[in-house]
Amino acid sequence: MIEWVGVIVQGTLLGGLYALFAAGLSLIFGVMRLVNIAHGDLIVLAAYLGLSTTMMLDVHPFVALIVVMPLMAGIGYALQRGVLNQTLGPDILPPLLVTFGLSVILQNALLEGYTADPQKLNGGAIETASLSAGGLAVGVLPLLTFVVAVAMIACLQWIFYKTSLGRGFRAVSDNQDIAQIMGLNKAHVFGLAMALALAVTAIAGILLGMRTSFDPAIGGGRLIFGFEAVIIGGLGSLWGTLAGGVILGVAQTIGAKIDPGWQLLAGHIAFLVVLAVRPNGLFPRVEH
Amino acid sequence: MSAPTVTRATRASSVATVIALIALVLLAAAPWWAGRADMRLMGEILLYLSLACLWNLMAGYAGLVSVGQQAFVGFGGYMLFALTIFGGLHPIAAIIAAGGLAAIVSIPIATLIFRLKGAYFAIGTWVIAEVFRLSFAQVSALGGGSGSSLPVGIVKSLAASRSGREALSYWLALGAAVVVISAVYLFLRSRRGLALTAIRDSEVAASGLGIDIWRTKLEVYVVTSAFTAIIGGLIFLQKLRISPDAAFSVNDWTAFVIFIVVIGGIGTLEGPIIGTLLFFALRETLADFGTIYLMVLGLVAIVVMLKAPKGVWGLIRDRFDLELFPLSYRVRTATDKGA
Amino acid sequence: MPDLLTLHALDAHYGDFQALFGIDMTLADGEVIAIIGANGAGKTTMLRSISGLLRNRADQIVYRGQPIGALRADRVAHLGIALVPEGRQLFPSLSVEENLLLGGKVGRPGPWSMEKVFGLFPILEERRRQASTSLSGGQQQMVAIGRALMANPDFVMFDEVSLGLAPVVIKSIYDALPDIVGEGMTAMIVEQDISKALSVSSRVYCLQEGRVSLEGRTKDVTHDQITQAYFGVAA
Repeated sequence: MIEWVGVIVQGTLLGGLYALFAAGLSLIFGVMRLVNIAHGDLIVLAAYLGLSTTMMLDVHPFVALIVVMPLMAGIGYALQRGVLNQTLGPDILPPLLVTFGLSVILQNALLEGYTADPQKLNGGAIETASLSAGGLAVGVLPLLTFVVAVAMIACLQWIFYKTSLGRGFRAVSDNQDIAQIMGLNKAHVFGLAMALALAVTAIAGILLGMRTSFDPAIGGGRLIFGFEAVIIGGLGSLWGTLAGGVILGVAQTIGAKIDPGWQLLAGHIAFLVVLAVRPNGLFPRVEH
Repeated sequence: MSAPTVTRATRASSVATVIALIALVLLAAAPWWAGRADMRLMGEILLYLSLACLWNLMAGYAGLVSVGQQAFVGFGGYMLFALTIFGGLHPIAAIIAAGGLAAIVSIPIATLIFRLKGAYFAIGTWVIAEVFRLSFAQVSALGGGSGSSLPVGIVKSLAASRSGREALSYWLALGAAVVVISAVYLFLRSRRGLALTAIRDSEVAASGLGIDIWRTKLEVYVVTSAFTAIIGGLIFLQKLRISPDAAFSVNDWTAFVIFIVVIGGIGTLEGPIIGTLLFFALRETLADFGTIYLMVLGLVAIVVMLKAPKGVWGLIRDRFDLELFPLSYRVRTATDKGA
Repeated sequence: MPDLLTLHALDAHYGDFQALFGIDMTLADGEVIAIIGANGAGKTTMLRSISGLLRNRADQIVYRGQPIGALRADRVAHLGIALVPEGRQLFPSLSVEENLLLGGKVGRPGPWSMEKVFGLFPILEERRRQASTSLSGGQQQMVAIGRALMANPDFVMFDEVSLGLAPVVIKSIYDALPDIVGEGMTAMIVEQDISKALSVSSRVYCLQEGRVSLEGRTKDVTHDQITQAYFGVAA
């Protein structure tokens, strides 16, 4: 029994990581209806930037965030203004195909720069540290990941609903023309949204890199996990996204407990079941 | 001046028909004039051409942008292996049966992922492909995660000699490409094809005209899935070896296909043909550079999408008002002989 | 009075369709003019051009001596040009207060503030935390006007503010107009309700099929002239 409680706790904590994958995806979809196929590769890029930073400056991966977060945010802003803004419009093909092309470019650039060998970020003692309570051992790193995920979602929620920046995001999302005549430059607002999304992605990438080994090819899988968390949780709801991540994580750890080969399959099946039963997700945003 | 007539054919399309027939005869005779490596390459080109036409029908005409077509390529490949090894079917029968099975499997899948809109539909198709990959990796009778080879006895049942097998497998690829292109062309010319074009132009107006959008899209999805599985079967009949990672590779069976269609011209029938030729020309010259080649390909696709969204064929068509597959109607008066 | 805004042979197109044909127009500083015309005459297109949502050749629209025809809408907003759009078009995910705050985003100095808008339309203060979509049509129109004023513009364009509202509500909004333009603001009132538009303006332009069909001082134009210019037929 306690064994299964442990499985569910681990799945929940894993869900925090998936929610971090999903948060950026959810944010940019909310602001500009863009689905970024390269999102997973950008997570992997952040992990590699973390790797380079830890090696060059000889610092802990967490310290590397001081470099990687602004770097990813800058990449996001430049990418949005330089390329992605040109794809936005009523036709869904251009953003989809351009981000798909971007995904292939990123993957192969990483392959060229870092080879296909799996890498890992060295987190030191925190990776093996664990807390135990009532016969239940919980890893400190997964716990920390979950806490960070909750904090990030709360932070994004606050930015979205309590700040002038978030007001701009919502206004542009509602009505681009009218936002523009209120003096908002939508190209800049979209750039800021992508910058914020990739700053979150930087955190996700570093935590991913400390948790497991990574290589340039794993981006697609991370995109799918983030996407599944978004759809399970319901479009447009950040807390729903966290719940979606947790459900996906728990489904995977339960699957893995039954048979190691079933981990990913169980997650996908949970997603398909939710899609069949509640196509709008479990916590869709209530429309005004 | 006599009364204007409405026609689909143009002089260019008539010329194209003649050229296509000559090319077809030449291609059919390839086993007598082409070397072994060239024939293998041409077979591959023809199979990619088929995949590109099918993806174009879905994405360019029906608005179903899938990044998960590898699901059906891999499914077709695995069905070839399963039905020949365990069902004792002849490989060609197995490949046709794979198409039928794919059509059946695609119906419940469509009812599920059609709930996702636009780009989310795209990622949904990818999830399905992952489910296929992970599921087939669990089947230990087919080699599990490491895959298996087609037994020698089955390979020999195609033709006794190696050159005979290679010729047969090439003709199958050629036949499949002809069937796929003709089927897509005839479909687009039919009433259903017109409905599809109406949906692409405006879903609201199309539903106002009494077109059942969901049903029309479902038909396209099911037919495309079936043909994609058949092509998948032919691909792995050439390779003679299958594994989950090769069968359900998003790069090989979807990324390349998307690049072909985008570069050639999405939403046109000529686009995939031009795109396939350009893709292989690029690959044959740049393949030694490996990753750089793929980056260039991605970059070219992005630039085309941003600067010339109708692709290379779109540029040619706008410049010369050409149409090799006569789909649109032209009003012509007796004095106007232009084409 | 010096010219605030001048349109020089302004054309506008939606794809192949031409909506405006060589509009010439001049607004003096502090003036209130009315733009009347039937549906499809090009009134809203003209406002979209001036506000920068439709881009034109730079010199076709001149504001305080500066060619602005090719500027992006957000740059035009920063110059002190505001629009109360047709159909209100409030931001549905923003509360009443947030809609107003967004209007003040350009941050120009001037007399208008949230308090002053609430002074003009007291009902909005009670509803400040509500979703803007939960308000009645008239209240939404007040928010739309307040949102434009929050930018402290020198020039405001009102597009069909009376559309779809009850007569009593229209009256209360038009009663507030003198208070608004009393602050030395220049205004352009676009209306299908001719009498309302004429009652608050000193000059009038009538558009018909994308061209100016009549212009003159409000007190000089006759009913027959307007009918002729509006419908294109003799009365």
